[in-house]
Amino acid sequence: MYSNGYIFRYAAILVIVAAALLSLAAMLLKPYQDKNIAIEKMGGILASAKVEGVETANTIKAFNQFVVEELVVDKDGNAEPYKDGKMEDGPAFKIDMKKELYKMSKGNAYHLPVYVVNKDGETIYILPLRGTGLWGPIWGNIALKDDFNTIIGVTFDHKGETPGLGAEITTSAFKDQFVGKKIFHDDGSFMSVMVVKGGAKKLPEDMQIHGVDAISGGTITSNGVNDMIHDVLTVYLPFIQKNRKQ
Amino acid sequence: MSTENKAKEPLFSTKNLKLITKQLNLSNPITVQVLGICSALAVTAKLMPAIVMSISVLVVLAASNVVIALLRKGIPPRIRIIVQLVVIATMVILVDQVLKAFVYDVSKQLSVFVGLIITNCIIMGRLEAFAMSNKPWPAFLDGIGNALGYGVILVMIAFLRELFGSGTLLDFRIIPQGFYDFGYVNNGLMILPPMALITVGVIIWVQRYYTRELIEEN
Repeated sequence: MYSNGYIFRYAAILVIVAAALLSLAAMLLKPYQDKNIAIEKMGGILASAKVEGVETANTIKAFNQFVVEELVVDKDGNAEPYKDGKMEDGPAFKIDMKKELYKMSKGNAYHLPVYVVNKDGETIYILPLRGTGLWGPIWGNIALKDDFNTIIGVTFDHKGETPGLGAEITTSAFKDQFVGKKIFHDDGSFMSVMVVKGGAKKLPEDMQIHGVDAISGGTITSNGVNDMIHDVLTVYLPFIQKNRKQ
Repeated sequence: MSTENKAKEPLFSTKNLKLITKQLNLSNPITVQVLGICSALAVTAKLMPAIVMSISVLVVLAASNVVIALLRKGIPPRIRIIVQLVVIATMVILVDQVLKAFVYDVSKQLSVFVGLIITNCIIMGRLEAFAMSNKPWPAFLDGIGNALGYGVILVMIAFLRELFGSGTLLDFRIIPQGFYDFGYVNNGLMILPPMALITVGVIIWVQRYYTRELIEEN
C-alpha cells in the first residue's frame, strides 16, 4: 500500500509538472493567438462596413487597404487622427474598449477608437461596441454613413451566449435588420436603435426606422444588444454631434 | 521500455494490430460501446469540425494513454482517477491552445466541445481499462485504435449531414446548382442534432447487418 505521505507528494509533483507545462505552452503560443484575435477584430470592422471578399488569409492586407484613417476620440468629441503608416499598428486599433469603458464608469479620462473606411469613394465611420449579454460580454461594430445617422452595417460577437437563442445575434438574419436604420430622430434627438421584443412593428409608425426585431427566446441577449448600442453611442455622442451634417 | 521486452515481441504483431482493428468495427467506441455520443452529435454538422475533433481526440487519447501507461506502477490506486483526470485535462488544454493558435476559425466552431473532450467517456474509459495495466506501446496503439474508431464514425456522420444538410463537403459545393433550380431543397433537419442521432442509428443498423458477430443470441 502507498502511504499518505507518498500520495500527497505524488499529487503535488504531478500538479506542479502539469502547471509548468501549461504555462509554458500558453507563453509560447500567445503571439500566434493574439495575431488571430487581431485578425478577427479587423475582419469584424471590415464586415460591418460591408467590405466584400475578406477572408482570414487576406484580412490584414484588406484592413490596411480599406481603412484610410484611425481616430482617437476623447470625451469632448475631439478626434486625434492617424493617417500615415500601417493601420494595424495604429493607436485606435490598440485601444481596448473594455478598459476605456471601465475608465469612463470610474470618471477617469478615456479615449475611444473610430475607424474610417473608404469603400468605393464612400466614407464610412466604424465605432466598436461593447456590452453585456446573458452569460458574458458581447461586442461588435457599427458602421455609419458620413451623415453619422444611417447605419451601413453591424457585426456582433459574444463570449458564450446560448446557441440557437442569444447566439443568434451573430446571424445575418439579425444583423441585416440594422441596415438603413437611423440613430437620430427627424427632430434631431438621439434615438439609438432599439431591439424590440415582439417586433419593431409594435413601435409607432414614425419610430420604426429606429427599431429592429428582438430574438425569440433570447430576450436578455437582445436587451443587451439594445443597451450596448444605446450606451456606447451615447459615449460617442459628443464626437458624433460635432461631425453630424444637420 | 526496451528492457521490459521479454520475448522481443515485434512492434506490429498480430496481437498489437488487433488493438487498432478491433476498435474500428467489433468494439467501436460509438456504434458498439455507445460512448462519446454527445460530441458525435454536436460537432458533426460540417465535415471540417468533425475531422479536427477526431484529430484532437486522437492526440489526447494516444498521449494520455502513453503517459498513464508510463506512470502506471507509481500511481497510488486511491487517487488514480484524479491522476487520470489531471493528465487528460492537461492534454486537452494543450490541444485547445494549439488549435486557438493555428486553426482559429475551426477552434471557434468547436467552441466548448474541445474543452469537453475532458469528459469524453472514451478517454477515461481507455485509461482506466487499458493504460493502467499495459505497457506504453500497446497503450499507444489502443489509444490510436479507439480514436480512429471514434473518428471514422464522426466523419461518416458529418459526411452525410453536410452533404444532405448543406449540399457541400468541406464547404465545396457538391450538389450542382441545377438541382436547386429544379426544385431540390437542402434538408434542414440534417443540420440539427436529432438527425445526427438517427444517422448514428442507421450506421449501427448497417454495421450489424454486415457484422454477424455483433448480433445478440436472443
